[in-house]
This record gives sequence, structure tokens and C-alpha cells, in this order.
Amino acid sequence: MAGHATTHVDTATAWGGKVSPFNVSYGKLMMWFFLVSDALTFGGLLVAYGYTRHTTQSAWPIGEETFDSLPFLGHGYPLMYVALMTFILIVSSVTMVLAVEAGHRMDKKGVMKWMIATIIGGFFFLGSQAWEWSHFIHGSQFGNVEIMSGEHTGSRAIVKGHFGDLESFTIVQAGSNHKVGDVIKETPDELFHHFRTAVMNGQVKDGKITLDDGSVATWKKKNDEHMELIIKTDGTGHSLSKTTKIHGKDAEAKYWESVNSGKKGTIIYGADMTNNEYGPAQYGQFFFFITGFHGFHVFSGVIINILIFLGVARGTYHKRGHYEMVEKTGLYWHFVDLVWVFVFTFFYLV
Amino acid sequence: MERDDIIEYSLDAHHSEEVGKKIRRKILLVTAILTVITAFEVAVGALVHQDSPAWKVVKLIFIALTLLKAGYIVLVFMHLGDEKKILKYCILVPYFIFIIYLIFISLTEANAVHTAWETYGG
Repeated sequence: MAGHATTHVDTATAWGGKVSPFNVSYGKLMMWFFLVSDALTFGGLLVAYGYTRHTTQSAWPIGEETFDSLPFLGHGYPLMYVALMTFILIVSSVTMVLAVEAGHRMDKKGVMKWMIATIIGGFFFLGSQAWEWSHFIHGSQFGNVEIMSGEHTGSRAIVKGHFGDLESFTIVQAGSNHKVGDVIKETPDELFHHFRTAVMNGQVKDGKITLDDGSVATWKKKNDEHMELIIKTDGTGHSLSKTTKIHGKDAEAKYWESVNSGKKGTIIYGADMTNNEYGPAQYGQFFFFITGFHGFHVFSGVIINILIFLGVARGTYHKRGHYEMVEKTGLYWHFVDLVWVFVFTFFYLV
Repeated sequence: MERDDIIEYSLDAHHSEEVGKKIRRKILLVTAILTVITAFEVAVGALVHQDSPAWKVVKLIFIALTLLKAGYIVLVFMHLGDEKKILKYCILVPYFIFIIYLIFISLTEANAVHTAWETYGG
């Protein structure tokens, strides 16, 4: 009836101008505008990273040296894990586009199947990122060492190789919990935990470790293997650095000299907001911020996908006659993949 | 009253099973391309080190490949290639103007700061 507004105003109607210059619905156009602004945010973050990297005087870490581990397999697999994460995200982008395609055929079952696959892929990616963060924060068993003698005195080196397992502590000076001659046998990981804490607090000196209760002990450990110290000094070409490598016995002597110095801060383990074992402090900060911001996008993407999946399952979009909502969430999900492609290149590869 | 206020959108138009088959084949092709590019990047990243003379070229190749991957994602997965030209350019052109300017100005400034620190100590 003339003069009566329709009660059901869908997004297509809300455009109001009848003719769409872009030939897309309002919702889809706004999704594109949002993605442009979000892409500028990520662009800004990555450019800030580039700025810092180009100004910095200290040598910047290299992706394949920092990220060379796989779960259960340890070190020696440069970039494999990030490649796997990238692959997971690409695959989940593919399943999303297949869901959109099924939507165009009004194939409700197909949309549901592919959306479930996408959601699972999203969870896999989030889990991988959690592992990666945890690994980044805990760091290696060697940490980053300040060299105390020779021509590189004062330089810091990253350490590669295999840390020989700790076997036991033998008490040589009694504290409140232990008496002289006690032998503490725990798992290598537990012993290492005490050891690392003591090194960080400057309580390891001349082959002796001061434990929590004040007792002093010597330690017994297996030999380190394939130890390599990598010292980087600023090169001439901006972020490019000059690398010096020390191997074998020399490396072990230099490393353990610093551990046994009893000085706080000679060894840096893992990463936090102020320091990290991989390179300049800004490197860790950008890692947390950029991958964290991206991970948050993945997380919200998974939530949105779940909500839309429920809508599909309930038949909301089928009744509406089209699956454009799936297409719009798809746009967001592909965007998350798109950002990762750039993060992957500029954070891990270049 | 018959609704005369709903606009027909090209992408809302449903497609048949045959067309769907073609689209799916294209999707799988793009998936294969993206996977191969990523595998290639990782292999080169692991083999060529940053202190090698080839690194400068490798870096440019990485950036070119990234843009190629981004192109496939945006134009095929996000269907921007199938949208109207005017929409495509309204999205891409302003973005590139801003981002190229930002990259240019930031890296120029960063290099100047780097040189200043190198020259006068920091």
C-alpha cells in the first residue's frame, strides 16, 4: 500500500538508490571498505617494522635461524613450521571459497561441510600459533650469550647445537633443605629449570650453582654437541649484518666461561617484552604485536565463521534465497590469509 | 504489492552445477599455485643465506612472489577480479596510493636515520 513502509528491510533494499554503481549489495561494499582500512592498519604495522629494521644499528635476526624447530623433532628444520602454518591457512581459505561456491548453487549441505572444514583449519592455525609463541617465549636451552674474552668481548652471540642433558646436582655446601653430599636427581627438564633460573639470577659461578634454599651444588651433565656461536655485527648495507661463527671446543669454552661468570644478564633465555635471545628488543616486540594482532584476527574470524555456520545450519540463508552472508565472512577470512602472506614474507623470509 | 526495489546483483546470481565445476577447477588450480610458491620460498629461504651475494636478488624475488600470491587471493578467492571494474579500482587504487607513499616515506626516513647514527654515533 502506498505510504506504508515495508516492515522487512533487508540489506539489498536498504541501499535505497535502486541502481548500484558497483553492482554489489551494501553489506558487501561495506565489508570491502572495512578490509581496506584493516589492510592499511596491517600495512602500517609492517611498514613500522621495516622502518625499525632499516634504522637499527644492531644486526637483525634471520628467520631461518630463529624459527628452525618442529614440535617433537627439535631444531634443524628452518622455516618448516611457519611453512606448515602458511599451508594450513591457505587450505582453510580454499575450503572457505568452496563454501561460497556451494552457496551459489544453494547447496546447503555443501556450505556446511566446507564451513566446518574452514573452522577446523582456523583452530589448527591458532593452535600452531600458540605453540610458536610458547617456543619463542621459552627459547633455546643455550640462550643468547655475551662473550667475555678474546676479540669479540662484549658482543652477543646466538647459540646453536644440542645442549647436553643435566643428570644430577651434588651438594657441596649445605642449605636449609639439603646437606653436603646429597645428590639431587630429577628429570633433565626439571634440573634445567633450576639451572636456567640460577644462571639468570647470576647464581652460577665457577662450576657451582646456588639453589633456591641457599645450598651450593656442582652439576653433572652430558656433553654438548655441535655447538656453534653466531656473532653478528652491523654490516654496511643497513639490515645486512656481518656474521662470524665459532664452532666446537672454542665455542664451548667461550659459552661456559660466560655461564660461569656469575654475572647477571650474560645469558638471555627466550623472549619477553623487554629482551629476547634472538636479536634487538624491538624484534621481539614486533613479533608479539604483529603476529598477535594477526592471531586475534584469526580468532575473531573463527568466531564469526562459527556464528555464520550456525545460521547456515538453521537454514536462515536458505530461506533468504541467497548465501551472501557466507560470501561476506569469506571475504574477511581470505583477508586474514592475505595478511599472513605478507607477515610470512616480511617477518620470516626477508 | 510486488516489490520493485530489490536490485539484481551479478554475484548473487546463482550458478549451475556445470559452472560450479569450472569454478572449482579454477580454485584447485590457484591452491596448487599458492602451495608451490610457498614451498619454493621456504626452500630458497633455507638454502640462500642473508650474507650471500645473491640475497639482494632473492629478496626482490620473495617480494614479487608475495605480490603474486596476494593477487591470486584477492582476485580469485575474494572474487575482486569478477566484480565491476569501478569497484575493483575503488578498492585497489586508494590503497596502493597510500601504502606506496607510506613505504617510500618511511624507508627513506629510516635510511637517513641509519646513516645519521652511523656517522655521528648513536
